[in-house]
Amino acid sequence: MFGINSCGIWLGYLLAVLSVLLCVWYGAKKWNKDDDSAADDNWDSAETQLNENL
Amino acid sequence: MNTFTLGLVVVIYLLLTAYLGYVGFRQTKTSEDYLLGGRTTHPFIMAISYGAAFISTSAIVGFGGVAAVYGMGLIWLTFLNILFGIFIAFIVFGRRTRRLGRRLNAHTFPEFMGKRFGSRGIQTFIAAVIFIAMPLYAAVVLIGGARFIESIFAIDFNVALTFFTVIIAAYVIAGGLKGMMYIDALQGGIMFLCMLFILVMTYVKLGGVMGAHQALENMAELVPEGLRMKGHQGWTSYPAWGSEWWWTLTTGIILGVGIGALAQPQLVVRFMTVKSGRELNRAVLVGGIFILVVTGFIYTAGALSNVFFHRQTGQLAIEAAGGNVDRIIPLFLNSAMPAWFVYLFMLALLSAAMSTLSSQFHTMGSALGHDLLGTLFPKTRTNGMVITRLAVIFGIVVSMVIGYKLPGGIVARGTAIFFGVCAAAFLPAYIGGLFWPRTTATAVKWSIATGIVASLFMLVFMHGSESAPLGICKALFGRDVLVEQFPWMLVDPIIIALPLAGAVLIAVSLLTKHESALDV
Repeated sequence: MFGINSCGIWLGYLLAVLSVLLCVWYGAKKWNKDDDSAADDNWDSAETQLNENL
Repeated sequence: MNTFTLGLVVVIYLLLTAYLGYVGFRQTKTSEDYLLGGRTTHPFIMAISYGAAFISTSAIVGFGGVAAVYGMGLIWLTFLNILFGIFIAFIVFGRRTRRLGRRLNAHTFPEFMGKRFGSRGIQTFIAAVIFIAMPLYAAVVLIGGARFIESIFAIDFNVALTFFTVIIAAYVIAGGLKGMMYIDALQGGIMFLCMLFILVMTYVKLGGVMGAHQALENMAELVPEGLRMKGHQGWTSYPAWGSEWWWTLTTGIILGVGIGALAQPQLVVRFMTVKSGRELNRAVLVGGIFILVVTGFIYTAGALSNVFFHRQTGQLAIEAAGGNVDRIIPLFLNSAMPAWFVYLFMLALLSAAMSTLSSQFHTMGSALGHDLLGTLFPKTRTNGMVITRLAVIFGIVVSMVIGYKLPGGIVARGTAIFFGVCAAAFLPAYIGGLFWPRTTATAVKWSIATGIVASLFMLVFMHGSESAPLGICKALFGRDVLVEQFPWMLVDPIIIALPLAGAVLIAVSLLTKHESALDV
């Protein structure tokens, strides 16, 4: 592949490129998503409640 | 090289650095700003800053030179750096760290761990380990940077060391993490463009991608006998299975450095600088591309430099560099790249050293000022930012003093040792803190202690690269390593110390009362 015959090397390149594609795909797919905001909001409201009770 | 032109380029670079440091200084009003950039860092800046702090000069010049000697097998390190150092680090570790860090109001890695387990002992223990170990790592990076300035500007090493330290100290002390991350982004940008240019130019010079690779493949028969005996099978082949070089490359470089990045306190803290999980998602995209270009491209160009030197001089890269691995990349650039680019590349190397050093200074200063003094003497917290700034100065002075004393040729080894000890000491406890609610504070203390002791034992008595120059094993037992049977003297300490620390964490957690501060 690309002039490299050893599978130990081209597999390394292939995996490096695939891992970058994974990063790009994930980043693009979740560009505007914040999976943590609900948890953050819950903690904030729980903390506010706790402070009020105290 | 024209010293005036080089000096002008460096002055412009330093003016830009000073401006960004000033912007950071103006925006730093509170301890949270100083330690975490106010938790509102832009994802692009966070990702580049993380990558720039991660990749030091030794990763570029050192490992680039190693690739020139041993070939393209180093691409596996790039793969692990992207998969573990970016994707898993950001998505699996980073999101939880950011969320928990915010919930616990933690500002540093020791404080994060201490609050997670409700133990000030853990916070001070980790901070002490960082403050003792990190100046050594900072000192070796300092030496690398100062040696580089010494050779380029032909000035005295001590002057170079002092000048280099003062420049970095100024923006770390004044600008805090905000200033540092802005400057990291500038430095990371320079590194990115330079590595991109080097690989493109290398392929252009050597007849395209296929032509260059094929030419390197055809050079396999030129591998010197000494390297062939160690398992070298050519620059486009992985070392022979189970050979000396296979063990060093696989356990020491690829696994050691690749996995070691996950538990670096100066990198972990960057997860807590962003506002939400969305920023981390965006940072993954930027970080993955950055690491591929900055590490993968220079390793590939390093290996291909053999084709260039062979065509030009009939020598291999290592022969052309007079047997000095660290000289290969600078020599290749001087010989193969346009003169104007060499000036720019000097900035890339300065940037790599400065971004790594600034993160080290900041981390050791916050460990002393915020975690150690702030915990042991709570009254100092009222002047937290001032105390932390003074602690940063103290840490820098300690690193500089060590830098004057350390022998030459210790840069790559010192970096690898620190990565390995950090991973063995902190990674199991960090994973337990994030993902296993059953983890107890007692187990964390035992795991960290085990990781440190096991790493030091391996370094002093088992791993030949360190035990032989240290000489302690020789003095006590009359031989360089305790077990002389192959391959034990080549197995990197992390391979033994990390699983051992993990096993201790699990065993002690199951044997002790669950006393965790909170469930995750």
